[in-house]
Amino acid sequence: MTSPAPRTAACPNCGAAIRFLWSQAVQTTCTYCKAVLVRRDLDLDLVGRQANFPETGSPIQIGTEGKWRGSTFQVVGRIAYSWSRGRWNEWYCRVSDGTSAWLSDAQLEYAMTVAVKPSGPLPDADAVRVGDTFIWDDHAYDVSTITQASYLGTEGELPFTSFTREQCLFVDLQNDSGQLATVDFSDHPAVLYLGEYADFDTFAFTHLREFEGW
Amino acid sequence: MTTPLDPAPARPQAASLSCPSCGAAITLRAQGWAVTVACGSCGAVLDATDPNLRVLQRQAEAITAEPQLPLGTRGTWHGASWELIGFQVVTITVEGTDYSWSEYVAFNPYRGFLYLSEYQGHWNVIEKLRRRPRIDVEGGRPVARLDGQTFKHFQTATARTTLALGEFPWELRVDDAVMARDFIAPPYILSAEASDGETTWSMGTYTPPDVIAKAFGQTGAMATPVGVFANQPNPHAATSGTIFRRFGLFLLILTAILVGNVAVSRGTVAYTNRFSFVHGSDDSSAFVTPAFVLGGRTSSVTIDVEAELSNNWLFFDFTLIDEATGTARGFTKQVSYYSGVDGDGRWTEGSRRGRARLASVPAGRYFLRVAPAGGEPVSPSVDYALTVRRDDPSFVFYLFAFLALLVPAVLSLLVRGAFETRRWAESDYGASTGSASEDDGDDE
Repeated sequence: MTSPAPRTAACPNCGAAIRFLWSQAVQTTCTYCKAVLVRRDLDLDLVGRQANFPETGSPIQIGTEGKWRGSTFQVVGRIAYSWSRGRWNEWYCRVSDGTSAWLSDAQLEYAMTVAVKPSGPLPDADAVRVGDTFIWDDHAYDVSTITQASYLGTEGELPFTSFTREQCLFVDLQNDSGQLATVDFSDHPAVLYLGEYADFDTFAFTHLREFEGW
Repeated sequence: MTTPLDPAPARPQAASLSCPSCGAAITLRAQGWAVTVACGSCGAVLDATDPNLRVLQRQAEAITAEPQLPLGTRGTWHGASWELIGFQVVTITVEGTDYSWSEYVAFNPYRGFLYLSEYQGHWNVIEKLRRRPRIDVEGGRPVARLDGQTFKHFQTATARTTLALGEFPWELRVDDAVMARDFIAPPYILSAEASDGETTWSMGTYTPPDVIAKAFGQTGAMATPVGVFANQPNPHAATSGTIFRRFGLFLLILTAILVGNVAVSRGTVAYTNRFSFVHGSDDSSAFVTPAFVLGGRTSSVTIDVEAELSNNWLFFDFTLIDEATGTARGFTKQVSYYSGVDGDGRWTEGSRRGRARLASVPAGRYFLRVAPAGGEPVSPSVDYALTVRRDDPSFVFYLFAFLALLVPAVLSLLVRGAFETRRWAESDYGASTGSASEDDGDDE
């Protein structure tokens, strides 16, 4: 497997250098002026600008690396959400086996999930209730939380060209072995993500953000 | 090869703000993650996610409670640093009586949140669970199963926050209530807190006060735990286990000694001799042995007969006579032994040996009158041996030794059981509160 070298382009808004960590990235954010840029193979289009990108206090940042399921991964992008209990991030990770995954840090409980083709029916956004049971890939999951979230902003490289949603509905499901399922209803049809919660230490993170005094 | 695209500015250790309700300084230690913060001065509950710390709830009275472990204290747990950032008092009401415990929120910017609870000197270190135990029924009572372990239902109660101080990673209001279900497998406790249709599971580990003191740098004396807590390990479980292992070991040794004793010397030989019986001399064959001593306390005497019989029999009329008092104890014994070959092969019947036993013979000098008779006419004489044995009175020793071993084992079981009784007395299944909780159920 080859790991392409970072490629560069200039921000059409402010002229600052844009570096792509991931050659297949479609969207990124200018680290200097916060412009949201869409790549048409290195002719970057400016699609919007973000102000006041939220502080979430996460130790994860673009460039953080870690280990998962025997592979290494690198964090290349981020979507930030807010919900009734604060904020969380979904970090877009490029995995060394060529796949990608999402690292969630809600309340500093880390979970890694990958989008999968559902092997069974998905919950109905209007009828789903906490405690409902669903079975995917021979594993039973119980609905643990139904979260109405608002989209706060993006950073870095992401696998889609636009992000126009304001409100997003997420249904989280857990089981007795630490597995996690998330159904994202902001896409049509809804997308199923399967993965698991893991302890901070199991990811063996490097390039984490540093906190003064810690 | 890569450097972070957006090197975030080093975050201040704690942001300083002021309470919009009373103006007192508010410290946010878990900035970005704290959802509510309660002012340490006026008790107002503030929205920590709002830059202006919007007031969510005001309190009638100023906060007077002093957490035993001050907020801001740094500790070390399982190798990581944790800072105490929140404190709440949680109260349940059982039979009209309030029971309150303390809960601390501890924070690490990489690892998230850890919780401590304290009730009358009993501490638990609690982690939020990210998997859901399965609820089941066993023996008519609910149990929770997780990782192959079974947790017994202990108590279900409505727990409400009666005091709050500092930061919490959830939306907290004073007087908010949750339905709390506790399941125990000491030293662990599984708790399910349900509110707004959502259930949060956590796992607590009973932790001795000195371990908490060491972890959070407390030099002063910690309060001695009062009573027995739900998931407090039974201190007698290990003791009684040790006692039972020793009991088993000693019982084995005792049995080995007993078996050896029986095999080597079954009783003390008081008298033994060999005689010859001549057939047809029945009337003149009676004789008395020389006097012998039966020692020790009043106990049994056995007389063993071993006759060289071959298709023959002998009958003995014995009398044991106390030389001093003349007291006579009469008894009889017959031995017979036949053998041969028939269509089925070789056969034997009877035995060349016989034993008579007299219970409760006092110590003293005795002699034995022996009157043998019988015998097949074909064999003119039969040789036989007589042995008088005083039963080893040390069998009583074995009994006493066994009882002496049994006492600590039984006692340890009782002590262990008493501890469990005290534990469960505080549960929904306790003698005093069991009926009350059923009443509660009827009321609902």
